[in-house]
Amino acid sequence: MTDIINALVVLANFLLVPALTYGSQLALGALGVTLVYGVLRFSNFAHGETMAFGTMITIFGTWGLQSMGVSAGPLPTALLALPLGIAGAVALSLLLDKTVYKYHRQRKASPVTFLIVSIGLMFFIGGLVRFVIGPGDQIFFDGTRFIFSARDFKKATGLDEGLALKMTQAVTIITAILVVAAMFWFLNKTRTGKSMRAFSDNENLALLSGINPDRVVLITWILVGALATIAGSLYGLDKSFKPFSYMQLLLPIFASAIVGGVGNPLGAIAGGYVIAFSEIAVTFAYKKVVAYVTTYEPESLVQLLGTDYKIAVSFIILVIVLIVRPTGIFSGKTL
Amino acid sequence: MKKLALALAVTSMVSGAAVAGGHSKDVKLGIALGFTGPAESLAADMAAGAEMAISEISDSGMLLGGAKVSVARADSTCVDAAAAAAAAERLISSEKVDAIVGALCSGATISILQNVAMPQGVVLFSPSATSPALSTLEDNGYFFRASPSDARQGQVIAEMLVEKGYKSIAMTYTNNDYGKGLADSIESNFAAAGGKVTINSPHEDGKGDYGAEVGALAQAGGDILVVAGYLDQGGKGIIQSSLDAGAFDHFFLPDAMIGESLTTAIGSDLDGSIGTVPGTDSPGSESYIEMFTAANGKAPGPYSDYSYDAAAMTLLAMQAAGTKDSKVFKDKVFDIANAPGEKIYPGELAKGLEILAAGGDIDYVGATAVELIGGGESAGSYREILVKDQQNTTVRYR
Repeated sequence: MTDIINALVVLANFLLVPALTYGSQLALGALGVTLVYGVLRFSNFAHGETMAFGTMITIFGTWGLQSMGVSAGPLPTALLALPLGIAGAVALSLLLDKTVYKYHRQRKASPVTFLIVSIGLMFFIGGLVRFVIGPGDQIFFDGTRFIFSARDFKKATGLDEGLALKMTQAVTIITAILVVAAMFWFLNKTRTGKSMRAFSDNENLALLSGINPDRVVLITWILVGALATIAGSLYGLDKSFKPFSYMQLLLPIFASAIVGGVGNPLGAIAGGYVIAFSEIAVTFAYKKVVAYVTTYEPESLVQLLGTDYKIAVSFIILVIVLIVRPTGIFSGKTL
Repeated sequence: MKKLALALAVTSMVSGAAVAGGHSKDVKLGIALGFTGPAESLAADMAAGAEMAISEISDSGMLLGGAKVSVARADSTCVDAAAAAAAAERLISSEKVDAIVGALCSGATISILQNVAMPQGVVLFSPSATSPALSTLEDNGYFFRASPSDARQGQVIAEMLVEKGYKSIAMTYTNNDYGKGLADSIESNFAAAGGKVTINSPHEDGKGDYGAEVGALAQAGGDILVVAGYLDQGGKGIIQSSLDAGAFDHFFLPDAMIGESLTTAIGSDLDGSIGTVPGTDSPGSESYIEMFTAANGKAPGPYSDYSYDAAAMTLLAMQAAGTKDSKVFKDKVFDIANAPGEKIYPGELAKGLEILAAGGDIDYVGATAVELIGGGESAGSYREILVKDQQNTTVRYR
């Protein structure tokens, strides 16, 4: 019996907790991508860099608060600086919308044009972030590191295997749940949310029924900026902030949105967890788990793919979904 | 118009002659180190070390009958082979350097050697490239290194692990020439000594998250995790992730993981970990530390002393050959580095120049007790490191 529990603890420590955390970060990112796709009807490649930009402003806010001696006790100070980061990312998104996207929207440009424009803005924002904060690592985490560490867990339970829960992991998962709940409440219960869904469903009909398109666009960018900053800051807190890794995040985020059904918020969240769990589960070495559950200790690592191929997993899932079920798990295209 | 053209032609000839005249006497050394990239925190002290030797020799006024030595720095990066070759190419073709001290990392060094230094016939003297591959690579005698090969470090590390009673190790290496070479050497030596390597897997630098890599290492298990990576990069990420997940408590840190930035970043959890870094207890080592501290207001970082020796040996070989021509003085490097001859320690470079000028023999000991062996590399002794109270402390030399 203890063997089974040990095996479960190994899985929880190296698979369940990390995948839940990473999945939450991806889900929040994919939610932003899916909102832009659903309402503004294009794939926003600048989303990863928007996340980096919002996180950068959050980092500056964190440093400011730290120098003033403000802290959130055991929680990371960055949580207090989040509103500032959100404001920064929203301001940037609105500015870029006004100066760039609006022009193309008025000319009714095709989605491909928008996509190319967003790639251009991706490089612009990326350059801006590297120019301001530099390309290196920034660690802005403070507060208590662990809720419980592997050593504490072993001592408390007497098991051979340890389970660690970092503060950032708990904060990420809880924040993601709160944000997603608020998001669904907004889209389904409020007048503004309903008008956004109507606009996404059928633009012409929405216009006829008196929905103000400028207002819908404005709200969308505010939501996207907020989601990007929250996702980016949580990722940066949990791992570390480095502009390059935010560019790399774009692939799993898009994979999440497409797997779930792009344009569908529920799908974005499901997709985030599917991608995160597959990336980690496929590259995980099950040696110890097998040894605990059976009586046989394997010589090899019992690993499907080397960890170097982690990023390839999201590619493969993306390809399979596009072949088998192009609309994604939940049919996409509308909010 | 004709007059103007004539005037221009004359001026250019005169200035050309002046440049050529200056060029024919004074020496210019290129310093190509990885000022950016995964080992960037080591580069500043290394360049300072090399420049100390250069200015010591230049100020003495005794090199090649009073030649001044100037320096051109270049960023060879650490892992970008194309950037390294381009940096060296610029040093040779536009800065017109006579020899290059560099590069920092093995991959960059191999690229410079094969693409630039050997084809163009310019001596390349690396302070810190340690890949075993460089011992056997064809170099036509243009390549030297002040540091020992990792084939030797692998032996030392295996010996140390056995002595400390570690029976099984998990190992991860940075996926490049340096990491692979060192990891293979540790694995074969440790296995030969009866130890068990549970896993020997690569990691990529520059990732945000090393959870998956650590997951695999933890499943393989082992008494200690050997991290043959870079302290500012994946190596740090692996250690942080291992501690977070409670996968390993103790780490073995080979040379590229030894540095203040790591002990500061990880904090007290690193206490009790052990490591190796090339080093020696010869009197030269202490006097170098004193010299460097007096000049820079802080103790030298890792490989700073090797950089001093690399630059000093390059210039001393020129003196011995009586020319700054790489094609000639490359054959003198062994003569000045090894016995017989008067022993030369750091700060005594002028004395060395004087003896060589008089036709005498020197045995350059320098800051790192240099003894060159076949393949143009140092025989090598190592410092055994123990991380104690968040400091890298020296236990002994081996």
